[in-house]
Parts: sequence; structure tokens; C-alpha cells
Amino acid sequence: MTTLRKIFLRREAGIAVMIVLFCLAVGAVKPQFLTLDQLRIILLLTPLVMIGAMGQMLVIVARHVDLSIGSMLGVSAMVSGMLYRYDATWFGVDMPWWGGIPISIVVGALLGLGNGLLITLFRLPAIIVTLGTLSLYRGLTFIISNAKQIDRQWIPSELKGLAQTSPIMGIPWIIFIAFGVALATYFFAMHTRVGRQIFALGSNPVAAPLRGIKVNQVTLLVFAISGALSGLAGILYASRWGFVNPSNTGSGFEFQVIAAVVIGGASINGGVGTVLGTVLGVLLLGCVSAALPLLGIPGTSQAAIYGAVILIALVIDRSVRQQGIASLKRARA
Amino acid sequence: MSTTKTAPAQADSSPVRPRWQTLLIRPETMTFMLLVVGVFGGSVLSPFFLDLSYILRSFTLYSELAIVALVLTMVIIAGEIDLSPAANMALSACIFAWAQASGVPIPLAIVIGLLSGLAMGALNAFLVIGLQLPSIIVTIGTLTLFRGLAQVLAGDKSIRVPEWFIGVDKIMLAGIPLPVVLFIVLAIGLGIVLGGTIFGRNIYQIGTNEVAARHAGIRSARIKSSLFLLVGLVASVAGIMTASRLGSVRYDIAAGGELQMVLMAMLGGTYIFGGRGTILGTFLAAWLLVIVSTGMIVANVLPAVQLVVLGGLLIVAIIATNLIYSRTQR
Amino acid sequence: MFKKALVLGLAAGLAFASTAMAQDALKIVYIGKNTGNPYFDSITGGFVDACESLGCEFEFVAPATAEATSQIPFIEAQIQRGVNVIGIAPNSPDALNQVLEDARSKGILVLTVNGDITGNEQYRDATILPVNFDIVGRDQVEMVGSLIGYEGEIAILSATTEAPDQNKWIVGMNETLKADAKYAKMSLVATVYGDDQPEKSTTEMEALLSNFPNLKGVIAPTTVGIAAAAQVVQSRGIADKVAVTGLGLPSEMRDFVKDGTVKAFQLWSPYNEGWLAVHFALGVIDGSIKNEVGSTFEVPNLGTITINANNSINTQAELTTFNAENIDEFDF
Repeated sequence: MTTLRKIFLRREAGIAVMIVLFCLAVGAVKPQFLTLDQLRIILLLTPLVMIGAMGQMLVIVARHVDLSIGSMLGVSAMVSGMLYRYDATWFGVDMPWWGGIPISIVVGALLGLGNGLLITLFRLPAIIVTLGTLSLYRGLTFIISNAKQIDRQWIPSELKGLAQTSPIMGIPWIIFIAFGVALATYFFAMHTRVGRQIFALGSNPVAAPLRGIKVNQVTLLVFAISGALSGLAGILYASRWGFVNPSNTGSGFEFQVIAAVVIGGASINGGVGTVLGTVLGVLLLGCVSAALPLLGIPGTSQAAIYGAVILIALVIDRSVRQQGIASLKRARA
Repeated sequence: MSTTKTAPAQADSSPVRPRWQTLLIRPETMTFMLLVVGVFGGSVLSPFFLDLSYILRSFTLYSELAIVALVLTMVIIAGEIDLSPAANMALSACIFAWAQASGVPIPLAIVIGLLSGLAMGALNAFLVIGLQLPSIIVTIGTLTLFRGLAQVLAGDKSIRVPEWFIGVDKIMLAGIPLPVVLFIVLAIGLGIVLGGTIFGRNIYQIGTNEVAARHAGIRSARIKSSLFLLVGLVASVAGIMTASRLGSVRYDIAAGGELQMVLMAMLGGTYIFGGRGTILGTFLAAWLLVIVSTGMIVANVLPAVQLVVLGGLLIVAIIATNLIYSRTQR
Repeated sequence: MFKKALVLGLAAGLAFASTAMAQDALKIVYIGKNTGNPYFDSITGGFVDACESLGCEFEFVAPATAEATSQIPFIEAQIQRGVNVIGIAPNSPDALNQVLEDARSKGILVLTVNGDITGNEQYRDATILPVNFDIVGRDQVEMVGSLIGYEGEIAILSATTEAPDQNKWIVGMNETLKADAKYAKMSLVATVYGDDQPEKSTTEMEALLSNFPNLKGVIAPTTVGIAAAAQVVQSRGIADKVAVTGLGLPSEMRDFVKDGTVKAFQLWSPYNEGWLAVHFALGVIDGSIKNEVGSTFEVPNLGTITINANNSINTQAELTTFNAENIDEFDF
């Protein structure tokens, strides 16, 4: 067990070293990359991805994948946006500015539950179900909004303020929320019974029921969490960007999030993944996106870099795993 | 994923069903019924829908994806998946167009395009079979990489191809556009390979139980690698056909095509865990998808409804296929 | 078997079609770049109102996403529906050539509205653009100049690197800065591209501010870019140091103008593009308007319109400037 722990520790240390090296390399060319102001920019790029990545990490640990998170983000942001826009017309009351937060979380959780139900009830593979709901939920976003954007004037300024005003040290609320979610995920995953069951389920689905794990309930919970966190990311999208658009909001989100989680060392074979690794994965991607325009590299190369980073992370993951197995064998021998 | 593979148990003891009944509850039958329903639904939605030449013309817009979906079906039957061919189409088309724009003669540029498609297939094969990484996540990575490289190569601009090279879809054989003819011919060819050769039977064996297949002396690594290479090659053919149809190439051609391809295979009854599926099913499903999409577009149905219908179809198809396979044996 | 079903259905469908054809109102369709794009709501409004007053059938369709090829099935479908006029905001300057040619060979009048297929003008009958695009660069430079006192560093935050309209305007901006002595003390330090995505535009804007600490003004000639740039300036609280202007939608910019983040920006009336397109199309079809360079015609509310070189038609002569005084008069 200690050998395995060492490997995971090394994995996270590896990402941290990569981040430091990357920042130093960029800083050598552009010294302003190593300023506090730049740190603020990088941090502001990450909250949505970080929140989505926490849910996705749990899903991947449970040996599933959720491709629909971008569309769930879109639907839940749009439901709140529509309520901000039409609250007076429909209900004759003004929705308080924070009203969208619980509403989006609940909408997201329900959509995630929908994924989970399809997967558990019909024993379907998550990848195909969520590929379907990726399209289906995106369509829903268009339908509930009648294909109209919710403009900035309808998003309450207090909500937009979450991404701009700061409780301390000039760091906006939205970043604290993201790290709060990461911390909560850590306690849930490491120190609760259900959290540990997710890992047990992912590392050995066949043995899980024998250990008294209610596989269906845990799976449902994991997908509901992924949905709820997408919902939270949805309302924070409205806060960060000040609008909700039926087609842009959340599209492509899944690729950023999956890239971050895989880079963070969660194994697609289930059972392995840490909050710290995922946070570092998110930060590394944030550094890359912030550095590109500073270096004058055209944005067109961003997708290629993301793709290459995913593949490299996979290959590293594999060699780490093999070394782990080899060292285990040595230890036994 | 490998654990759920055992779900539809191979119960040899169950009673033999009458032939008509096994035929009726095949997934391809479901696809065919949906196709008939789709044709009638389309004609109810819009009076302009039922026109054979319009449907054939619309099919050419999807024919490139449909051609790749045929090969993808074989990959899925072998127990793997490839989400990267749509991005491969874009990258090989961009490489082809970029080569001919920088002075390489067209035939040579085509060869370069095809080789690059093959190379992309080889990369997938190396990562999936050589390094034993899961194909689903590998091809999500290569999908992003290929599309990204196409964007690096072509930027945001489109690359033109020469006037005489334009219009593969305007060539008619017996009133049928050439891409559709190619699709039909390839479907027949692959159908024979998959259904009537040892190679084809080995693909089913690998998808049903790879370990057992290997013990039975089937060279699974070699067969799966050749399938990934074939997808790569066919995707580049499809990409170059797209270039000829459009007259220009951009990095975003066939964007989102992976959903459509997987949809075609799933709607045709290919079992996502491998071991089951037919080329006939994918053939019918491609038509079904075109009928449903064009039926809705010509009736000016909101694109949103189309997204919902396509996503819903995928889920319904896979539920139905799962149910059918869990109640019958092949 | 499938063929047989199709032929049977075909017969039924033909009977259906022949009854549906018996109508005479002209059918106009406008194909937008993508659905959910607020810009097109306003253009569509012009189409709808003009068709109501002149008596034609109008429909707006658009693909879910704005890829180069995503409009093709929609054009095919409109040809099949037998519409008389296709207006389109093209997603690509050349990928639509073949299908637009098909449309024109079927006698459909093809108009590009709010964006042209530059270099492939032979595949459409005319283009309807809000203003003469040659003046946009000049006016935008004057706008930013007036905001920063004609002195200091400025930068451009554009859409994509190959966006044809934006690139034309950027050329105009560069020429104006060089040619006119009035702008001699202004220097253009960078042109960056936010790809019309809010995230990308924001990081590009942040990079501009860190790379050029003395930046005085930013021109963002794209609705996504100007909103993103304004938001960066607003959250940093540097509106008094960096002036953001460009082309934006009043509905998206209203808050920034009211809180002083943006003093002024420009655009045109998208509504009038739709209004003009319908009047022009019906006129060409009934023969009262000659679609020739140099000919003129009258349009209610817009006055006399001239067909310019390349069969290009503009709805207004000058850009409209929006500021704190007039922004509430516009509801698009």
C-alpha cells in the first residue's frame, strides 16, 4: 500500500513540477507572466473547469465517463437565466439574485440523475448515454430559451459581482467557491463511507456488490453529483460572462474538463484519482491558456495542444502504472 | 467495461426459436421499421420531402460519414471504438488541400492525404493495441489532436481545390450520385467480409471474448490494428471526397461527425460492448438518419428539436438493442 | 424492398404536393449563421415586418452551430421547398458555392445579407450590407481617437484571423492611421484575435493589458470581442485609463455604457437589412427594380437606395454611434 501511495504522490509532484517548469519557461520569455496579476488571470480562467472536474473525477473513478456536462451546464444556466429574465412576467415576483444558484444546482442534479437512471436501469454504457444526452440536453437549452440569448442586463449585478468583487486579497468570490468545492470533494471522497465506496466500485465493479456496496445507488449518486456541479458551473458561467447563450454556453466544456481530470492522474480504468491531482491538472491547463496569447501563439493551436497533452498524460499514466505493478512484484518477491 | 460484457449470457440450453421469430426480433428489423416510419413521418411533416432525387442528394451530404461508419461498425464489433475519424477526415482533407495548393500535383496530393489518414489510424492502433490504453479515451485525445492540427495547418481560412476537381457528388451512375454508389458498394463488400469470411468471424470472436479468441489462435492484435488502419484510410478517402464536394477545405469540416457515425452504428444494432452487429444494420441506419434529418430540415423544424430527436434516438436505439440481445442469441 | 416503400410513398407525396403548390405569395427564407445568435433576431424582425406589409411568406432557419458546412443541408431543403428568395448570412466565403449555384439554376434569387461571399460573388445575385464596409475602419479610428484625445497606444481585438469583414476593416484602420496627420500621435501596437469566443477574447484582452501597460484604447470590431473587452476593463476598474470601443449590440452593451465602462461604440441597424432585403427581392422579381450596378430604387423609411459595385447594397451611409444619451432608444 505504501508503494502505491508513493506512486500517486509522485504523480502529483510530477504535475506540480510541470506547472513550475512551464511557468518559468514562459516567464523567461515574458517576465510579466510571473506576476501576481497574472496569477489572478490564471485563477479566473479555472473556476468553471475546476468545479466540473470534481464531478467528472468522481465519475471517472467510478469507471464511467460523463460527456454531457457541457449541455447540463447550458440547461441549468438557461433555466436560471430565463427565471431572471421573466420572473416578473410569469410569477409577478422578483427572484432574489442568489435564487439562480440553488435552482441551477437542482436542475443540474436532476439532469445528472436522468443520465444515472438510464445507465443503471437499462445497464447501458455511460459513454453512449451521455453522448446522447449531450445532444438531447443541448436541444433542451434551445427549446426552453426559444433559441434566444439572455443578455447581460437580465443577469443580476450581485451575481456578476461574484466574479469581480473579492472578500480578501483581490481574489474574486468565484475562485473561493471553486476551491471550496474541491475541498468538499476531498472530504467526501476520502472521509465518508459513500466516497470510499465510489473508489471500491471503480477499482473492482464485480466485487463491489459482494462488499455490500449498493452499486446502482452509488452510480446514481455519482452522476447526480456530476450534474449538480455542472449546474453550479452553469450559474457561475452566467456570473463570469454575464450572459447565457443557448448554443455557446458550455459547449466544448467536456473536453476541457476531461483533459484536466486525465492530466490530473485519474485513471480511466477506474478506482484511481485524487482531488489534488485534478486541481493541479486544472491549473496546468489554465497556465497554458493564459500563456498562449501572452506569447502571441495563435489560438488556433490551442486544441492541438490540449489533444497532445491528453495523449501524453495517458502514456505517462500507463508507464507509472506499469512501474507500480513492477515495484509491487519486486516487493512481493 | 469488460465486466458487463457477460450480461447477455450465452445460454445454450434455451429452446430454439422458429426462424420467423428470430428474424423479427433482430435489431436490423427494428431499424428497418423505424426507416419506414421515418419515410411516412417525413412525408406527413412536409409535402416536399418525398422526392427520390432530393433524398439521394441529401444522402450525399452524409455519405462521407456513412462510409466511415461502415468500417467503424467493424471496430465496435471487435470490442473497441474510434471517435477520431471525423477529425481525421478534416485533417487529411486539410493536408491534401494544403499539399495541392503548395504546388504538389493532385494525384500525389491525394496519395499524401491517404497516407496521412493511414498514419492517423496507425497512431490510434499504436496507442490502443501497442500501449494497451482504452480506445475510448485515446480517441477522444486523438480527436482533439487531429482537429487541432487541422486548425494549425489551415488556420481559420479555407483552402480551395481546382475547379476540375470539384463535384464528385455531381457524377451520376444510373441516376445515383457517385458517393452514394461508393457507399452501397463498400457496404456490400464489407458485408461479405464481415459475414462470410474467417477474418470477419474472427472479428466477432475478438469482440465477444478477446482472451478466448487469443487462446483459439486468433491474432487479435493484428486484426484490431488492421481495423484501426482501415478506419484511418477510409476516413481520409471520405475527407478528400468532402473536399471535392465542397470545392474548399476548412478545419471544421465534418465537425461533430463522430456523434453521427456512432449513431449510425448504434441505430443499426451494433452492440456497444462488441461481438454483435452487422453491416446491413449500419447501412439501414445511415438511411434512417438521413431520412430523419432531412425530413425535419425540409419541414423547417427547429434545429433544437433535431438535436433532441437525434440524442433521443441514440438512447432509444441502444436500449432496444440491449433488450433484443439480452433476449436472443445470435 | 426499401425502394418499393419509397416509390409507394413517393406517389402519395406527389398527390400531397400538387395541392400544396396552389398558392401565389412569394416565399422568402433567411438562413442565419446559427440559432441563438441575438444579432439575427433583429435582422429577422426587419424581414417579418416587410413581409407583413408587402404580403409574402417569410421563414427564418439556421443550423445549430456556425461551421462552414452546416448551412448546406438547409439550402438544399429550401431549394426542395421551392422558395423564391434565399437570403443567407454565409458561414463560409466558398464552401457554399456549389449549392448556391444549384439554387440559382432553379431560378431562386440568392441574396447574401449581412456578410458576403467575397471572391465568389458570381454565386449570388446581390449582397445587402448595412454600410459601405470601406468606411468602417476610418470611422472606428476616429471614434477611438476622440476617446483618447488622439494620442497614445491603441490595439485591435478582432474576431477570427480570417474573418473577411473584420480584416477589411482592419486594413481600413491601418490605412487611416497612416494617411491622416490627425492620428500621427496614435500608434497601433497590436492586433489580436479572440475567435468570437468570450473566454478567448477575455484572455487576449488580459494579455494586451499585461503586454502593453501604456495602452490607451482598444477597438473591438466584433460584438463578442467588445463585450469581453468591456468586461475586463470593468472588473479591473480601469475605465478611465483604457477606452474600449468598437462594434457592439446595444442590448449587450447597455450596462457597460450606463456604468461608464464604455463611453461610445458603433453599429448599424440590423433591422433595416431585413427590411431592405425584402423590398429589393420583391422588386427584382416583379421587375420594378433592375439588379444592375448604378440603378436606384425607393424603399419606405430608407429613401433612395443605389446598387453599388459588385451588386452591393447598403442600408445606411454612416455608422450609428451609441452613447449614454441615446442607448435607451434602441431595443436590439
